[in-house]
Amino acid sequence: MLSLKIAVRFLRSGKTQTTLIVLGMAIAVSIQVFVGLLLDSLQKSLVNETIGSSPQVTITSATDIGTIRDWGAMVETIEGLGYARALSVEASATAFVRDGNADLPVLLRGFNFENADAIYSISGRIYEGRRQESRREVLVGRELREELETDVGDRLAVFTPDGSVTIFTISGFYDLGVASINKTWIITDLRTAQQIFGFDRRITSIEMTVDDVFQADVIAHRIEQVLHDEDITVENWKEQNEDLLGALDGQQTSSTVIQVVIILSVVIAIASVLAISVLQKSRQIGILKAMGIKDRSASLIFIYQGLLIGLVGSVAGITLGLGLLYAFSTFTADPDGTALINLYVEFDFILRSWLVAVLASMLAGLIPARKSLRLNPIDVIREG
Amino acid sequence: MANVVELRDVDKIYRGVVDTQVLFGINLSFDEGSFSAIVGESGSGKSTLLNIIGTLDKASKGEVSIAGNTTNYLSKDQLAELRNRTIGFVFQFHYLLPEFTAMENVLMPHLIGGKDPARSIAERADDLFDILGIARVKNNPANKMSGGEQQRTAIARALINNPKVVLADEPTGNLDSGNTATIYRIFREINEKYGTTFLIVTHDRRIAEETDRIIEIKDGRIVVDIKK
Repeated sequence: MLSLKIAVRFLRSGKTQTTLIVLGMAIAVSIQVFVGLLLDSLQKSLVNETIGSSPQVTITSATDIGTIRDWGAMVETIEGLGYARALSVEASATAFVRDGNADLPVLLRGFNFENADAIYSISGRIYEGRRQESRREVLVGRELREELETDVGDRLAVFTPDGSVTIFTISGFYDLGVASINKTWIITDLRTAQQIFGFDRRITSIEMTVDDVFQADVIAHRIEQVLHDEDITVENWKEQNEDLLGALDGQQTSSTVIQVVIILSVVIAIASVLAISVLQKSRQIGILKAMGIKDRSASLIFIYQGLLIGLVGSVAGITLGLGLLYAFSTFTADPDGTALINLYVEFDFILRSWLVAVLASMLAGLIPARKSLRLNPIDVIREG
Repeated sequence: MANVVELRDVDKIYRGVVDTQVLFGINLSFDEGSFSAIVGESGSGKSTLLNIIGTLDKASKGEVSIAGNTTNYLSKDQLAELRNRTIGFVFQFHYLLPEFTAMENVLMPHLIGGKDPARSIAERADDLFDILGIARVKNNPANKMSGGEQQRTAIARALINNPKVVLADEPTGNLDSGNTATIYRIFREINEKYGTTFLIVTHDRRIAEETDRIIEIKDGRIVVDIKK
C-alpha cells in the first residue's frame, strides 16, 4: 500500500505533467472508442440493411421438379438444432399479371404471414392498406403498384404459366426497400400458392434467419450434414455476398489497425513521461532504497502510476468518446431527425477498450519500473 | 560491550578504465552505544567507508558485519531489511520527500518496514519532534521548512525505527553554527537516552573533539584511532 500511496503523491506533486498525460490518454481512448464504435455501427448498419431483413440460410430443392415433399420433418429437425431465430416455409413460382397489353412477370410468394414477417418484417413495411387476411387477398409492392396504377381493393388477375387465372383482391401495398423485390413479389398465403401451382402439400423452400449472421455459413453446413439429403441445396448469404464480406473485412481490419496504433502511441507517451519521472524522482527513490524499501516496492510505484493514469484516463476517454459519438450522430442527422448511421453502442467493446487501455497503461509503467530497479541509492547520495 | 559494527580487512576498489583503490585493509569495530567520529580530508575515503558500513556500497574484499549479520552473504532484499531495521542515515542533504509532510517523512522508515502507523509509533514520532524542537512544523510539507528544520526532520526520520546505529555523513555541513551545535547536542542526548551508536563523518576537527573516539583516515588507511 505504501507504493500506491507514494505513486499518488508523485502524481499529485507534478500536477501539470499528470494532467497532460491523463488528458493525452483520455483523448487517445476517446478517439479509439469513437472510431471503433462508429465503424462497428457502420458495419452493422450495412449488414442489417443488406441482409437483416432477408433469409440468411435458404434450403431449396435440388431436384428437377423444384419442390420439397417431406419438409415437415426437415423443419422439425432444423428447429431442433436451435440455430433458427425465425423460420418460414414457402411455395413460390413465377406467374404473370397483365398491364394493358403487356404481360409482367411476377413471383407469387405463398407463405404463412407470421413466420415470413419474422424474416422480412413485412407488416412494418406496409405503407398503405393492410396485410392479406383471406385466401383471395394479396399484397403488392410499391414499384409494381406504380406500374399497374392500382389501389387498395382493386382486383388483380394472376396468370400461371399453364394458362390458369386467379383473381385476387389487393389488400395493401408494401415497400421492402429493394426495387426489384417491390416490382416482382406478390404476397399470398402458403395454401393458395400451393393450390394455384398444383404443388399439393409440397413447398419450394425453407428460409431462416440466425442469431449470428456471420456464422451463417457454418450453420448452413451443419444443417446440410444433419439433413443429409441429396435432393436439397442449403445456401447462405455469405456465398451470395462475397463482395460485401470483402468490404466488411477490409473495414474491420482498418478499424483494428487504427485502434492498435492509437493505443500504441498512448502507451509510448505514458512510458516516456513515466521514464522521465523516474529521473525526476531519482532522489526520492534513492533515499527510499537507502531507508530499506525493496526493489519490488520501488518498481511498483511506477506501475501504480501507470495504472492510475490508465484508470482515470480511460474512464474520461470513454466518456468523451461516447460524447463524441452522440455529437456526431446529432450533427449528422437528416433534417427530419433520422440518424445517418444507426449507432450500436456495444457494452462489450467499451469494456474491452477500457481493459486494454488500463492494461496498456500499466504495461507502460513497466519500462520506468525496470529503470528504477537499476537505480542505486549510493549514486543518488554521491551526487548530492 | 558487543560490537555493533565490525570490518575485517576491507578493501574498496572502483573498477573503471583505471582501477582506483580508495580503502586499504580496514579493520574496525564499534561498540554498541559508542559515539565516534571519522575524520579526514575530502577524498580520503571516509564517506566510502561510511557507505560500506551502511550497506549502500559493497566492499571489494573483506567482511562487514552489522548487528551480528555478515553483510557479504545477504541478498539485496535482506540488505534493505537490515538497513530498515538497524541503521539510520543522516546525510549532508536532508533528502526529505517533498511530496510528504514532515510527519509522514519521519514515519516513512516505519511504513517501509511494512508496519501500519500504530499509536506507539505516533507517540515516538511526537517525542522525536519534541526532542528535536520541530513539533511546530510537523505537519508542514517537507519543502516548506527552513534548512535547519529539514535536517532535524531527517534526523527524526533516521531515529524512528530505533536503529542500533546512526550513520551521519557531514550532517551539519549545510547548517549555520547555531544549528550545528544544537544538532550535536541532540545526537548526544539520543545516544545517552536510547543507547544508539553514532558514527559521524566530518571534516570539522572541532566537532570531532566532542566525540568519544576519533578515527582519522588518510588515503584510504586508518592513521589515527584515539579513544578518550
